[in-house]
Amino acid sequence: MTASYLRRVKVAEVERVASRIKRFRLVDVENKPLSEFSGGSHVTVCMRAQDRVIRNPYSLMGCPSDTSSYQISVLKVDNSRGGSQFMHDNVVVGTELEISEPLNLFPPAKLARKHILVAGGIGITPFMSMMSELDALGSDFELHYGVRSAAEGAFCKLLEARYGSRIRLYLQDQDQMVPLERILSNQRLGAHMYVCGPKPMIDWALRTATLAGWPDESIHSEQFNAPPIGKPFVVKLARSRREITVGGHQSILEALEQNGIDAPFLCRGGACGQCETEVSGCDGFIEHNDHYLSEAEKASGRKIMICVSRISGDAVTLDL
Amino acid sequence: MVIAFKNETFRDDFTFSNSPAAIRRFPFPFHEDKYMYSVNIEPHVPGPKGSVYEFPIDIDEHYVSEMRDRELVLKADPGRCQALPHMMTAQWDMLELLMTSMARDYPEHFSLTQDGDRWHWINRPLGIDQKFTFGDVKTLPYEPMEYIGRQCQGDFSIQDQRDGQLWMDAGIITTQADWSLDFDIGMNFFEWHGPVPLAHQAGVFDRALKFLLNLQHGRPVRRLNWTMTINPRLDTSPENYHKWGVDRTTVTPENVGDKVHLRVELQGLWRLPRSNTILFSIRCYMIKMRELVTVPKWGRRLPRVLRTLPPELVDYKGLTRYRDTTLEWLSKYDDGAPTTLGCGPD
Repeated sequence: MTASYLRRVKVAEVERVASRIKRFRLVDVENKPLSEFSGGSHVTVCMRAQDRVIRNPYSLMGCPSDTSSYQISVLKVDNSRGGSQFMHDNVVVGTELEISEPLNLFPPAKLARKHILVAGGIGITPFMSMMSELDALGSDFELHYGVRSAAEGAFCKLLEARYGSRIRLYLQDQDQMVPLERILSNQRLGAHMYVCGPKPMIDWALRTATLAGWPDESIHSEQFNAPPIGKPFVVKLARSRREITVGGHQSILEALEQNGIDAPFLCRGGACGQCETEVSGCDGFIEHNDHYLSEAEKASGRKIMICVSRISGDAVTLDL
Repeated sequence: MVIAFKNETFRDDFTFSNSPAAIRRFPFPFHEDKYMYSVNIEPHVPGPKGSVYEFPIDIDEHYVSEMRDRELVLKADPGRCQALPHMMTAQWDMLELLMTSMARDYPEHFSLTQDGDRWHWINRPLGIDQKFTFGDVKTLPYEPMEYIGRQCQGDFSIQDQRDGQLWMDAGIITTQADWSLDFDIGMNFFEWHGPVPLAHQAGVFDRALKFLLNLQHGRPVRRLNWTMTINPRLDTSPENYHKWGVDRTTVTPENVGDKVHLRVELQGLWRLPRSNTILFSIRCYMIKMRELVTVPKWGRRLPRVLRTLPPELVDYKGLTRYRDTTLEWLSKYDDGAPTTLGCGPD
C-alpha cells in the first residue's frame, strides 16, 4: 500500500459517545459513495500531525451497506504515541483525513450456526458492523459487552434499543463480570466465539474457550497493537545498504517511511502479516509484538513484523 | 466501440477462428524464451487501448458464440454451476461487479440502470431486458451468479475466506482446462491446487495464499496461465474427458496448424466487498498455431519454450502425445534470431 491508494475524506460529524470515546462520521471529500464493506472490517486512518504522519487502524462501525459515510470510534489513550490524542484534540467537523480501503481481518464465520460476541470497552467497535450484517442475514447472535461503568460504555442504549435481549451488558463498577465459562459451556455444535477488547481480556477469553474444549477454528479475536515505545536502535538494510535509526517513539516501519523507503504494510497493527520481513542478523533481542507470526517463527529470530515489533539492543539487519 | 460478434462453434465442426485483430490482441503469455512457474501476479489495472487488459472484464468477438456454448454445457450438466448456501451475498457481489463493469465499458452492448435496489439490465447482443430487485433472488430467473455467469465470458469461482484459508464454495465453470468444480467445491486453496507439480515445493502457494488473504477491494490482481488444447474446444472438463482426451492422438504434421491451440487464461482475483469473499475469473483465449505464427516473434518463441519445458509440466499440461509433432511444425518459424523481451508482438 502506498499513499496513492488512500481516499480523501472529511469529518461530517463528531460525537462524544462516552467519557473517553468520540465517534467520527467520515464522508468522501467529493461526496462520492464509499466502498461497501463486510462486517468486522477496518480502515487505516492517516493523520498528518505537525512533525510526523500517524497511521492507525480503526474498525468501521456503520451499516455495511451504507456507502454514504463511514463511522469510526476512538478511545483517548493517555501516554500513547499520539494517534488517539490527535483524533480527540485536532480533528473536528470539516477536518480532512486520508483512509485506506476497508480490509477485514475479523469476519463472522459464514458457516457458524450461532455467533457469540464478547466485547470489552472500545473492543465493541468491530461488532457494530458485524451485528448489522448478522441481523440483516437473520443469523443467530448474542453480544456480551463488558464496560467499566455506564458512563464509560459506548452505544449501550443504542444497542439495547436495536437488538433487545440479544445484548447483555456487564458493568465493572457494579462487580458484574462476563460469565464466559457458563456461556461457553452451554452451546450447541457450530457456535463460534469472537472476542475484541484489551489484551488481558482477549487472552482470558481465548484461554477460557480452549479450556472449555472449543476448537481453535471456532474462536476468533482481533486486536490491533500500537507499536510500543522503547529505546532507539539502528536498522541496517542489507539490500539497499543503508542504516537508519529508529527513534524511541517510532516503529521500524515509520522510520523507514520517514527516510523515503517504501515497505509493504496494510493494518499497521501486527495482525495482517503484510509487513513480514526477513531478519538476517540481530545485535540484541527481537521484541515481537504482533499476532501474526507463530511461536516457532518468533523463536527462530528470522522474521519480524516491522509495523509493531522492535528490538532491545543496538542494531538489527533486515532483508530490505 | 461496437464489436462484430462472430457466429462459430467450439464443438462438433469447430468453426472457431480469430480475426486478424483478435490475433494481435491475443494475450501471449511468454515474456522470454522459457517458462517456469512463478507467483506472476500483477495489479489488474487498465492496459493499452484495444488490448485484453483495456477493461476489467474483457468482451470480444467470440462473446455470443461462447455464451451459446455455455448454455449447451449447463443444459447437459447442471453440476457445472454450484453455490453453497452461505454464498448468496457473494453471488450478488459478483453480479454487481460484472454488470457495472460491462455496462460502463461496453455501453453499446450493455446498460444498467440502478434506482436504489431496483435495477434494470439490458444485454443487447443476447436480447435480454431484465428488471429485478438487487438482493431479492426471486426477481431473477436464476440465482445471481448463474444469471450473470450465463452472460459474461470466462469461468468464475468464488472463494469464501475463513480460518486463514480460501474455500471454493461457489462457481460457474464450463470452459475449464481439465479441472472440475463438482470435484473441487468445498476444498481449500492447498487442496484444489494439490495436483500442480513443482510449485508446492517452491513455496508458490504459501506465498500466493498469504497475498490473497489481504487482497483489497478495488485493487484486483491478475496473472496468466496457459496450456494447449487440441481443437478449439472450450469445455475440456474431466467430466467430458471421453469426448476430448482422444483428440490428443489425432495430431499429424499436416494438421498441427489448424488443430493445435495455445490456450491462455487471463485469471483475475477480486475482493468482493459485502461478502469478504474472493472472485476468481478465468477468461480463456485460444489461438491456432497457424494464427499464432503470423506474429514472427511468437513463432520464434513458442518452439523455444516448448523445447525447454520441464518434463513434469509437459505431462501435467497434457502435451506429451503431441508436443514433438507440434515442435517440428513450429520449428519452421524459428530462424534462430534473438527475440525481444516482453510478451507482445514487435
